[in-house]
Amino acid sequence: MQTTSDEVLIARIAGGDRLAMQVLFARHHVRVYRFVLRLVRNDATAEDLISEVFLDVWRQAGKFEGRSQVSTWMLSIARFKALSVLRRRPEAELDDETAERIEDQSDDPETALAKKDKGAVLRKCLTALSTEHREIIDLVYYHEKSVEEVAGIVGIPEATVKTRMFYARKKLSELLKEQGIDRGWP
Amino acid sequence: MNTKKKEAHSELEELLPWHAAGTLSRSDARRVEDALAHDPELARRYALVRDELGETIHLNETLGAPSARAMEKLFAKIDAEPARRPAVSLNLSARVTEFFAGFSPRTLAFAGGAAVLAILLQAGFIAGVMIKETKTSGYETASAPSTDPGVGAFTLIRFAPQATQDDVTKFLAANKLSIASGPMAGGLYKVRVAVTGLPKAELANIVKKLQEDKVVTFIATTE
Repeated sequence: MQTTSDEVLIARIAGGDRLAMQVLFARHHVRVYRFVLRLVRNDATAEDLISEVFLDVWRQAGKFEGRSQVSTWMLSIARFKALSVLRRRPEAELDDETAERIEDQSDDPETALAKKDKGAVLRKCLTALSTEHREIIDLVYYHEKSVEEVAGIVGIPEATVKTRMFYARKKLSELLKEQGIDRGWP
Repeated sequence: MNTKKKEAHSELEELLPWHAAGTLSRSDARRVEDALAHDPELARRYALVRDELGETIHLNETLGAPSARAMEKLFAKIDAEPARRPAVSLNLSARVTEFFAGFSPRTLAFAGGAAVLAILLQAGFIAGVMIKETKTSGYETASAPSTDPGVGAFTLIRFAPQATQDDVTKFLAANKLSIASGPMAGGLYKVRVAVTGLPKAELANIVKKLQEDKVVTFIATTE
């Protein structure tokens, strides 16, 4: 069975087609939500933001020129909106939420290590990265964006994308070492 | 390891996350594959990258999904937006994609085959005419009945975005119409309404009738 491409859906949305909007929303809203949630770390805020993101898609569809994938374009919009929220939010609130999320997800690092669950520790350390490092790791690993696409979404040169990813991974290794896991790199 | 080799090594190491995610170009992927095959340390580091990839996916997949309220909220906002004209100018590639997206793969394969057959027939026809022309020496009139596919009465039609392929097919069949060309700029199709030319008044009446169909958002006469 063939599916309508995102580009065709955007063209239809530009013409005011609500059904096309529903299809695009169903196809992408979970990933956009998760991307935003990892940045803002608040379920309600992330949910509010995705309706804002898709409303922008509805409004701007006629201006979409197809220079990037539709999903890349939507993540750029989502990132802009998430960062606007983060700029308005006090730092202390952010730190509390970070700590909450780390505690909520599963055992503390020591217990997890005792269970020899390296994966759980790795996931905890992924949540403890800075916003900048979390973002690039998610874009590359989860959202499957190329160097060029990440550069477009984040608004940095391609060479910076590669070095930022390298330093994000390096930081991850340091966090793992603090939790007793030495990966022998870097 | 000399400086050049070190630089190449670190450049390839930087590409490992994209290689693991499968988002490198074919040539870069091949370079990384070659390096991995010959460099055990790089291969060990690649295993670390793959662990990160797996756990990042795991972490994101446990984040859950938004509630149905998100969609309700979105469409409430869309409803509050000013009404939009149903048709807008779309870029050429989207129009072409949309046009072909409307057909099943079997239809496309059949259309492709029909196009090849038409080209072969046309080539045969042209060759036949050329051979005939070289043999003919007598007088011939130029007023023979025309078989030119461009002859007839035509309109320009833009179909409603919500119209399905079935709707359009039924509309064309019910009104004995055929698509002559398109899509053109603005999503317009040139549609033949009669195989011979029609008086202006008669063509205007046909346009008026077709305009009432819900699959048509725009219609005008054309040459």
